[in-house]
Amino acid sequence: MAEILKNGQVHNDNWQVLRPEADAELATISVPAGQWLVPFALWQTQSAALKSRNDIGVWLSPEDDLSAVAAEFAGWPLVAIDFPKFTDGRGYSIAWRLRNHHKYSGELRAIGNVLVDQLFFMLRVGFDTLALDPKVSTEAALKHLTPFPDTYQGSTDNPAPLFRQVDRASATQGGARS
Amino acid sequence: MYRYDPYDHAMVKARVAQFRDQTNRWQAGELSDEEFRPLRLQNGLYMQRHAPMLRIAVPYAMISAAQLRVLAAIAREEDKGYAHFTTRHNLQYNWIPMDRVPDVLERLADVEMHAIQTSGNCIRNVTSDQFAGIAPDEVVDTRPLAEIIRQWSTFHPEFAFLPRKFKIAVHGAERDRAVVQVHDIGLHLYRDDKGEVLARVWVGGGLGRTPILGEVINEALPWRHLLSYMEAIIRVYNLEGRRDNPYKARIKILVKALGIEEFRRKVDAEWADLKDGPATITDAELARVSAYFTAPAYASLPDTDADYEARLASDKAFARWVQQNVHAHRVPGYRAVTLSLKQKGFAPGDITDVQMDAVADLADAYSFGELRSSHEQNLVLSDVELRKLPELFDKAKELKLASSTVGLLTDIICCPGGDFCDLANAKSIPIAKAIMERFDDLDYLHDIGELDLNISGCMNACGHHHVGHIGVLGVDKNDEEWYQVTIGGRQGNDTRLGKVIGPSFAAADMPDVVTKLLETYVKLREPEERFVATVVRVGLDPFKLSVYGDSAKNRANKNKEANNG
Repeated sequence: MAEILKNGQVHNDNWQVLRPEADAELATISVPAGQWLVPFALWQTQSAALKSRNDIGVWLSPEDDLSAVAAEFAGWPLVAIDFPKFTDGRGYSIAWRLRNHHKYSGELRAIGNVLVDQLFFMLRVGFDTLALDPKVSTEAALKHLTPFPDTYQGSTDNPAPLFRQVDRASATQGGARS
Repeated sequence: MYRYDPYDHAMVKARVAQFRDQTNRWQAGELSDEEFRPLRLQNGLYMQRHAPMLRIAVPYAMISAAQLRVLAAIAREEDKGYAHFTTRHNLQYNWIPMDRVPDVLERLADVEMHAIQTSGNCIRNVTSDQFAGIAPDEVVDTRPLAEIIRQWSTFHPEFAFLPRKFKIAVHGAERDRAVVQVHDIGLHLYRDDKGEVLARVWVGGGLGRTPILGEVINEALPWRHLLSYMEAIIRVYNLEGRRDNPYKARIKILVKALGIEEFRRKVDAEWADLKDGPATITDAELARVSAYFTAPAYASLPDTDADYEARLASDKAFARWVQQNVHAHRVPGYRAVTLSLKQKGFAPGDITDVQMDAVADLADAYSFGELRSSHEQNLVLSDVELRKLPELFDKAKELKLASSTVGLLTDIICCPGGDFCDLANAKSIPIAKAIMERFDDLDYLHDIGELDLNISGCMNACGHHHVGHIGVLGVDKNDEEWYQVTIGGRQGNDTRLGKVIGPSFAAADMPDVVTKLLETYVKLREPEERFVATVVRVGLDPFKLSVYGDSAKNRANKNKEANNG
């Protein structure tokens, strides 16, 4: 059983991530019993069989075709987006598009190289659960979920930029040149 | 200029606390070097040859006297008594110890400055025209929208890990002084016949290893859509830009690969979700930010002055300074003045702590306490009374900030190069210094006239060599430093990339090479014709012949053979 972060707290979680070898023959992989997150390519290969199970979620690589994903995600209990390296920022825009363009409203999880200092950004673009990289301590992560008191620009968490959230003109304390 | 409100203060303070904590975790081994790297870069901190380099933002060129005094104090107390102004409205320190950086950032935050996103694969410090708000040819003051872009891009959750760095430049005048076409996004603000502000949007420009001029993706974007439209551009880039090779990762490569039509189609499709949404800039927000950029309390003055005219007529040095370093102003009786940071014996753009304090005093005395930093690595006093120019000249001269060479050959743009920078293939500062030594005759410099000489120590092109009338690029060949020369590049409305004249040169040859290029120009020029115009008219061949027609050619050829063989 692994720990994930959700709503600012640590939760136990049974989802396991199936990561086939790069050269594996997807059609011949047998997904074991239990809650598994399978790669989208595997889902596409075996969707007829996997659809009959209610314990299969799908994880996306940054290369996957989102419109193909959008045609399928209605039946999934969970979508995960993989960060192969924390410096690969495609996952942020993929999450944004899934939430805002494709209107995905189910659980969206960050997996892979998920480190402390990117969690704030992940929560903003639309992830609601975070499966930390095994090297990261959950205690450290919990301390760094909201490093900033406000947000200048909108994103999935709050589409309004700061100038639509508050009346900044009244907040100014003699800043402007008179 | 813009002043932080409580929200801005809280954000910058929170950033300092975050970086202090990140530094502590890195020192404690909780963050690996690799994990810490993008975090420190997004706070302007590079690991350099001798010590970390800290790059501080001077957003869209605006800096106050009070801020400059704090920068001077930091140079004195935390560094070695000097700092360096870059081509992109940044100031760099070279010697601040790693564990002092959080305290330095805290000090900067107190005077509303920061190093946020001055490096890293994110949206960088937005740059603009150093004469914004005062230039007679200005159509739209870029500063309010530049500040709105600064805030929008700060800690943008989706765009902190782009394929590569992302630079935005904006200008709003008849003449482009911000080189917008060599930026990832370039914006030209103008007005339609009803007076509405529109933006012409260029995308995919950049220098570096593969210099490319941007292409127009939108001719007439209403100002209120700027943020949502740029969000669409950068999302397409974030998802589709190459990540397999850092040299092919800038948006320019994506735009070239797709073609501007296809790239525009993708951006428009992305924008369809965003247009008229919450990112649309409101009238109230533009008005709120614009209120910070109202004109200072100008005196009502005639546009002439007897003492000034008398000095102009009697003092050649003063007249030259006025001709080169004093710029037109939209308000009668006022001028903008460039304080040259190009002194013989110093690296271009370098300034000492004593000079910074003195310049702050000049700004207080002559320019409402405000300054600008220019793309050409100089400082500008933006609002000086014409009648005060003689006394300002005398004071600036004492401070060694009055070289009357702005826009001339020795107003060299130069990156820090191999003396400081880890990326450099070759030193650039000694080349600049040697050229400044060789050409120190003001009569000759003024006879040669307007000439941009730009030097970069490597392909990354921080010295913008591609757009110099004469460009010099340091290259590494078998662990030796060589210099490749281009001519005919230029910035402005007709931005062009220079062309390579031939095999590269040894450092010691560079002053001779420049001499020969200039001799050729003097021989071939028509009356009033600038160097770059002569190059355009006669082509490269006469220049090549003059440079390679003697021993330089033999040396260069030998070098070429050695490399080929």
